[in-house]
Amino acid sequence: MTVHKRTKKMGIKERYASMTRDLGWETSYQPMDKVFPYDTYEGIKIHDWDAWVDPFRLTMDAYWKYQSEKERKLYAVIDSFAQNNGQLGITDARYLNAVKIFLTGVSPLEYAAHRGYAFTGRHFRGVGARIACQMQSVDELRHAQTQLHSMSHYNKFFSGMHSHKMMHDRVWYLSVPKSFFDDAMTAGPFEFLTAISFSFEYVLTNLLFVPFMSGAAHNGDMATVTFGFSAQSDEARHMTLGIEIIKFMLEQDEANVPIVQRWIDKWFWRGYRMLALVSMMMDYMLPKRVMSWKEAWEMYFEEAGAALFEDLGRYGIRMPKYHEVATWEKDHLSHQVWSTFYNYAGAAAFHTWMPNDNEKSWLKDKYPDSFEKHYEPRFDHFTAKKEAGERFFNGSLPMLCNTCQIPLIFTEPGDPTTTCYRESEYKDDKYHFCSDGCKDIFDYEPEKYIQSWMPVHQIYQGNCGGAELEDVLKWYQMDLGVDNGDYHDSEDFKMWTEWSENQKKAV
Amino acid sequence: MSVKSIGDYSFTPKDKVENFHGNMLVYMQWEKHLSFCAPLAFPLPPDMPFGDLVAGVLAPAYAVHPDSENVDFEKGEWQLNNVPFTPDFSKSLQENGLSHKSVIRVRTPGLEGLAGADSAAG
Amino acid sequence: MVRTVSITLLNNDDSRPVLQAIEQDNPDCEIQQLPSLIKVDTSGPLRINRGSVEAFLGRDWEVQELHLSLVSLSGEVDEDDDYFELSWGKR
Repeated sequence: MTVHKRTKKMGIKERYASMTRDLGWETSYQPMDKVFPYDTYEGIKIHDWDAWVDPFRLTMDAYWKYQSEKERKLYAVIDSFAQNNGQLGITDARYLNAVKIFLTGVSPLEYAAHRGYAFTGRHFRGVGARIACQMQSVDELRHAQTQLHSMSHYNKFFSGMHSHKMMHDRVWYLSVPKSFFDDAMTAGPFEFLTAISFSFEYVLTNLLFVPFMSGAAHNGDMATVTFGFSAQSDEARHMTLGIEIIKFMLEQDEANVPIVQRWIDKWFWRGYRMLALVSMMMDYMLPKRVMSWKEAWEMYFEEAGAALFEDLGRYGIRMPKYHEVATWEKDHLSHQVWSTFYNYAGAAAFHTWMPNDNEKSWLKDKYPDSFEKHYEPRFDHFTAKKEAGERFFNGSLPMLCNTCQIPLIFTEPGDPTTTCYRESEYKDDKYHFCSDGCKDIFDYEPEKYIQSWMPVHQIYQGNCGGAELEDVLKWYQMDLGVDNGDYHDSEDFKMWTEWSENQKKAV
Repeated sequence: MSVKSIGDYSFTPKDKVENFHGNMLVYMQWEKHLSFCAPLAFPLPPDMPFGDLVAGVLAPAYAVHPDSENVDFEKGEWQLNNVPFTPDFSKSLQENGLSHKSVIRVRTPGLEGLAGADSAAG
Repeated sequence: MVRTVSITLLNNDDSRPVLQAIEQDNPDCEIQQLPSLIKVDTSGPLRINRGSVEAFLGRDWEVQELHLSLVSLSGEVDEDDDYFELSWGKR
């Protein structure tokens, strides 16, 4: 087949120029600085907004065309999934606990991103950046809606999915993702894009979406796969916005380099800490595993990140600070996080369990240097207690990091047996951190983080429904004894076992 | 550094000691016993005797750990705010130098968690 | 060091002619199959030509149709009516 010449009116580049760049103008009734009051105070110097490059050159007409195509596909699948009792097709009901975390922890961030990009898009005077932000804002709203819609089917059958919004605002572990996004949204527009578009979308998001969605596919979760990949197909465009904002700032003025570097350091670390949740999903919550957290880290950060930062080296940008700590932690992260949720399963809106023998051999195989030595004894002890009818719950509230709000569960780099403590004094008060990364972030902007809404401290101040754990969990809108606790004591487990037995009988 | 902002940016800390109804926050950890995933946080009266903190708060919190049967915390190696210190069990927390958001760590050589001293895990 | 560029596509019917075109026009690329995904890595550049995709697909194809099955990428994008290219350090 020969390639025939097209007789189109305009090519992609021309169409982009006339339908994007030509939409902006220099204001004359009011000075530009008054119309766009927020794009200078962060100290980023921009001399020529026209130098902004949008490599996808997507115009609004093409945007609607392709997005509507994506939606049609997605809703066809969702209908079919619901009509065909898709919930029965998953590998095991344990898997759905990962979906519960996604619904309460990630989907509300999509909505927050929708708001964040709408605001940021409004406040850039450069029209290229503005349109990219506006498209992303619409994308993010679509992600929030389609995710809630797809997962709502599981809510008809399984626990812990009835109040995602309130839980996101109140539940202790969900303050980790919530505070991450609140931090970004309360920064200026350039820092917001560095935080979300670059550090999160470009550098880290593959670690969230790709293994997780692939995991959903592997575990028969048609709903999550479909919304996941529908959302992910927008992600490549979001990633290019991330790389563009960084290069644009770096090329515009040398004085921008140290500001950008500090933001990259900060948001790499904040994003990495938030992804601790994902590490445990990958290594412990997928009945059929795709790849380990360690492998994903090597593929998506060590390899892809190295190529990226080598490229940015010519602008004077280096790898994010403490990346070597994150790389050291790859052998330990998921085990430490899973152990945490095993400790506090009584206060979580999803269930936890101990890995079975098959899963333990997988973990030994994937983590030859750490699992058997450091984590297996702990987990065997938990299993023995459970079998004896004395399931271990940690009955005391944990000490939290004042920046990431995760309990101090991480160990000293190089020593997995000693908890890592870091501390700062600010205006006569002590503040505690899980790591050097989190301490540095606080030390640079203490006024921001002395306002942190730390769940454990809020409970002790009496702001969370009452003094007893039961009061607090009710305030979280959790259905006690149903949403929380060990998986093998749960209604989810009971129901799943009945379903599976009926299925066997039918065959 | 201060926050770059579009206006005045100063706030009252959310966790000032006054907000804890006469108590202060104290963080505690029995080191190496990492089956308890993180140090623990408690609101405690500053005039509580240190001995009561050990017998009435720390020991019950870790009671289900198998090492608890054999532990004598009085012989432990203590740290206050990450500096070695020797607590006086009869004196109050305040008299022992604890203040709001202090960290108490105790290590008990010989009792190093579920996997023993080699890997000291759990 | 080798700076890999990479593209990840949904493993579906829409992607098949695109992958065939990639394999034909980028003989050094490495293809990795994951559940529901296909990841293509190469030391770069990685080029997708409209003409090649159309030849495998048997109909007209817009480069921007790629958006329907794109999952992730690594590298800088250069896109025009006739091609889509990923590389490092061109800018």
